[in-house]
Amino acid sequence: MKAFRYGVLTFLALVFVSPLVFMVTTSFKSRTESGQTPPSLVPDNPTLAAYQQVLNAADTPVFRWFLNSMVAATLNSLLVVTTAALAAYALARMEFRGRNVVFGLIVATLFVPPVILVIPSFEIVGRLFWLDTLTAIIVPTAANAFGVFFLRQFFIGLPKEVEESASLDGANQWQVFWKIVLPLSRPALATLALLAFLTNWNDFLWPVYVLFSPENQTLQAGLSTLQYANAVRYNLLMTGAVVASVPVLLLYVFAQRFIIEGVSRSGIKG
Amino acid sequence: MATTTSTPAVDRAASPSPAPSRSPRGRAGWVPWLFLAPYLLLFGGFVLLPIGLGLWISLHSWDFTLPGKPFVGLDNYKELLTPGTGQFERFWNAMQATGLFTAVSVPLLIVIPLAVALVMNQKFRGRNLFRALFFAPYVLGVAVVGVMWRFLLDRNIGVVNYLADLVGLPDKTPWLTSIPEAWIALVGVTVWWTLGFNAVIFLAGLQDVSPDLYEAAKVDGAGAWSRFRHVTIPGLRPVLGFVVMITIIASANMFGQSYIMTRGGPGQETRTAIYYIVDTGLSQRQMGDAAAASWILTVVLMLTSALVFAATRERGKKKGAAA
Repeated sequence: MKAFRYGVLTFLALVFVSPLVFMVTTSFKSRTESGQTPPSLVPDNPTLAAYQQVLNAADTPVFRWFLNSMVAATLNSLLVVTTAALAAYALARMEFRGRNVVFGLIVATLFVPPVILVIPSFEIVGRLFWLDTLTAIIVPTAANAFGVFFLRQFFIGLPKEVEESASLDGANQWQVFWKIVLPLSRPALATLALLAFLTNWNDFLWPVYVLFSPENQTLQAGLSTLQYANAVRYNLLMTGAVVASVPVLLLYVFAQRFIIEGVSRSGIKG
Repeated sequence: MATTTSTPAVDRAASPSPAPSRSPRGRAGWVPWLFLAPYLLLFGGFVLLPIGLGLWISLHSWDFTLPGKPFVGLDNYKELLTPGTGQFERFWNAMQATGLFTAVSVPLLIVIPLAVALVMNQKFRGRNLFRALFFAPYVLGVAVVGVMWRFLLDRNIGVVNYLADLVGLPDKTPWLTSIPEAWIALVGVTVWWTLGFNAVIFLAGLQDVSPDLYEAAKVDGAGAWSRFRHVTIPGLRPVLGFVVMITIIASANMFGQSYIMTRGGPGQETRTAIYYIVDTGLSQRQMGDAAAASWILTVVLMLTSALVFAATRERGKKKGAAA
């Protein structure tokens, strides 16, 4: 039974990991070797040629795309966490007229399929002159209803007494939020920040359509243009894919607990 | 709101201190809205406004590059719902592709992750490592997954056909350019990519099922299958309903896999509804048609979700009554 379980799991692990390993080894092959059959798992003559090309060539500005993605995902994640935390605190701890309506509206949009937003959002972003800019990638998707919902649940679960004693000591609501609630909420904030970063980094459809210039692409959108321009330069394609994967895989290795917990919690709460 | 904001404004003018008014009512008046304002600005501008604007656009012949956007009433909807028009053919072909993909991928994305979660739901060495490995593809973007698998599935130089040859299977399978191979490839890659996500949710759900129930069932002489049927499945029902729902929505929104791996081909066979909507609205600039199509897709999706929700709840009730 035990051996059977390890057998099944190891087989599955191979299925999951070997494509990624092959992607990485291909990125270290020459152009010819990357397209040859039978394929070699380990490069015969490992080379950094594809990486050099990707760094230098004007028609494949992968490094520029990397910076674009990094800037967009970081700023988007900050915007998501800031706006969601402020809103969630008001909804969790303050009494005011209209609170249930606001919260109800936000939760209702959790069930609206995002496809409904694509066409009109394009129109709005066009009117704001944000087309073909990173602002279009950073701002519109920051209206994250899940973030508000998730942080509100977390804030409600915090012990109220600490906040109450602080406000008895004369702290105003901003001070209570900033000095007491936020430090207590670091795990939840980190989880939301990570999920927002990953989502933005991996977003595909929206950047493909709102970014036009080669130098303004994010990595994911750029990768698809790279593919149609260079369908035969597989080493180059796999290098692009590696560059797009390394940051998220690193984040995943170091923050796996937050990511997996965030996901499993979203399931249970939903 | 106008009346509640006036009180603290007076208070603020009276005292130079930035501390909020001591009156609880005044304090409750505007502070919450200050906290909410940044989010509501985004929410209003990029969620509520687009929902309304989308409906408005769908009633017009709307090309964002042209100044004139004539009102056409329900014509866009009529065109999409009347057999024989060009849009009708393209739209329903795409809806069919989405339906097929959803119908094939959702059962696989429930059964396989559930099986994986059951195997993982015991304490053994290396469990967290395996869980991390299975989940790993999910953190990659669809562009990475698509580009990588398109290479692996290449008819001539792909590793998949090479491995197939090694074990004596056909070695020239056109995974991306023929039907049904292209569907098998798209579904298979999607399962590879998102299996871990569903498995993690199932695993968390399984860990919430009380071990006492299993013990009690064992004492009553229930075998493994019986324990699965009568303890695991009922205990997992809420999570199961949730996973079914989000998987249906995710599959019905499939776009990137087709866009990258098959370009909607061969022909337009694997062009999904979302693909049709963005292509019609943003590449061909017929935003009115595209907006109408996205409303139709949304209604279909919401009806499906409602049906699934009703089905899982109904069966849950019956189970509850029988127990």
